Amino acid sequence: MKEDPGSAPVLSVRGLVKRYGERVVLGGVDLDVAEHEVVVLIGASGSGKSTLLKCVDLLEDIDDGQIVLDGRDISDPRVDAEESRRSMGMVFQQFNLFPHMSVLQNVTLSPRVVFRRNRSEADERGRELLARVGLAEKADAYPDKLSGGQQQRVAIARALAYDPRLLLLDEITSALDPELVGEVLDLVRELAESGRTIVMATHEMGFAREVAHTVCFLDGGRIIESGGAEQVLTDPRHERTQQFLRRVHSRP
Amino acid sequence: MTAPAQALALTALAEERLAYRRSRARRSTGIALVSTVVFAAVLLFATTASPGWPRVRESFLNWRIGWDSLPAILQGLWLNLRVLVVCQILILILGLTLAAVRTLRGPVWFPLRALATGYVDLFRGLPLIIVLYLVGFGLPGLRLAGIPNNPVLLGGLALVLVYSAFVAEVFRAGIQSVHPSQLSAATSLGLNYRQTMRLIVLPQASRRVTPALLNDFVALQKDCGLISVLGAVDAVRAAQIQVASSYNFTPYVVAGLLFVMLAVPSARLADWATRRAATRQGAL
Repeated sequence: MKEDPGSAPVLSVRGLVKRYGERVVLGGVDLDVAEHEVVVLIGASGSGKSTLLKCVDLLEDIDDGQIVLDGRDISDPRVDAEESRRSMGMVFQQFNLFPHMSVLQNVTLSPRVVFRRNRSEADERGRELLARVGLAEKADAYPDKLSGGQQQRVAIARALAYDPRLLLLDEITSALDPELVGEVLDLVRELAESGRTIVMATHEMGFAREVAHTVCFLDGGRIIESGGAEQVLTDPRHERTQQFLRRVHSRP
Repeated sequence: MTAPAQALALTALAEERLAYRRSRARRSTGIALVSTVVFAAVLLFATTASPGWPRVRESFLNWRIGWDSLPAILQGLWLNLRVLVVCQILILILGLTLAAVRTLRGPVWFPLRALATGYVDLFRGLPLIIVLYLVGFGLPGLRLAGIPNNPVLLGGLALVLVYSAFVAEVFRAGIQSVHPSQLSAATSLGLNYRQTMRLIVLPQASRRVTPALLNDFVALQKDCGLISVLGAVDAVRAAQIQVASSYNFTPYVVAGLLFVMLAVPSARLADWATRRAATRQGAL
């Protein structure tokens, strides 16, 4: 694990175990994410990337281990999970926008309902965010009228609407047509450059190399190799990582 | 890095948290128990402390009269059950037919579609009790050959007429809830409209509407008791006869409890079907 010595980590996962019945999906994961760091999780489907992100966002109960956010153990059942989730934003593979609400309503939902901002303030901030993701003119449209790439940019704006400490991105380009992937990744690159702390599961190796500070390779529910993006992606030490990357690169 | 075997054993921390969660769960159960007991006690006290309670208890909850009326009411209930089963089958067939007719496309079918729509509008709007009177007393009044004047048959017919209108709408909602892309997929495979309906749309639709259908059948179960207004000696009528001879309302309470006992398994079945449908679609 590459440690960033100067500062205390924003997120620190220790010995995380998650089972579905008998199946061990995460078999003891350790992960540290420093402030302004972009951590990319790579690995085959079913290696546990998504489950790890869901566990961190407390969308799944964990079976063992700890999740520490800003020094606070949020996996403790005595800690209010709803409050902890307010410091994290998550974007899903399938966008998961609410189809019965306009784009602006999607983006301002949490600020208004959870954070009790008044409507004009929330709307103003919502329009700002939509402008930032390049969709100012779509504020009053409904999600189904938007392309996949646009929907995913709205979903990112929605996750940013309450300025979370940590942004979790779960294969956010996997459901997109190839020509729409770029617009979403450009946005993530901008967020990374502006200093957002991001944990991202992805299959986009080129993007990972360019933007990630740290790359973690998951296999069978554990991180078996992690380090600087260049090192892991071009000169992996572990045999399984080499195999995985060969398979990925041999794709036409 | 942890070895697989070690990952399976819980750490002390996880053990402690598991114990905490369990103790919270036990606490919730305890609170539920105490609150239920208190609630029941208050309810019981409020009822029994009311000034008219002794008289109400005597005329509605007389054990001896209730017990004596049980055989006659059970015999009536057996009639309700038979009516229920036959009506359910007929309602399913007629409802599905109506729904299918209402979703027919093409101008040729306009008269049939209009007829089905009119039927549904009419029988969903008419109060069941009025349909019972019209069918039960009006039909035999026509003095046509072949029309029975058996109140059970006529009452059953009225139930079928009304309930198939409701069931038809449930089916239609189910048919329309099947995504158009399913129709496109079936059509592109070369299936015609009828094959698409039978093999693709109806199987998906009926799975989706099972919970709503079961809900309608729970309603039908108790409405079977309404055939008594035509003079059929079912559970309600049997109770009424007992009430008239004993000047005591307990037989109604007995009949009511029997209907509830009949409805409970159906309600649980409906819950189970809802749950299963949700699980299959990955919602749970």
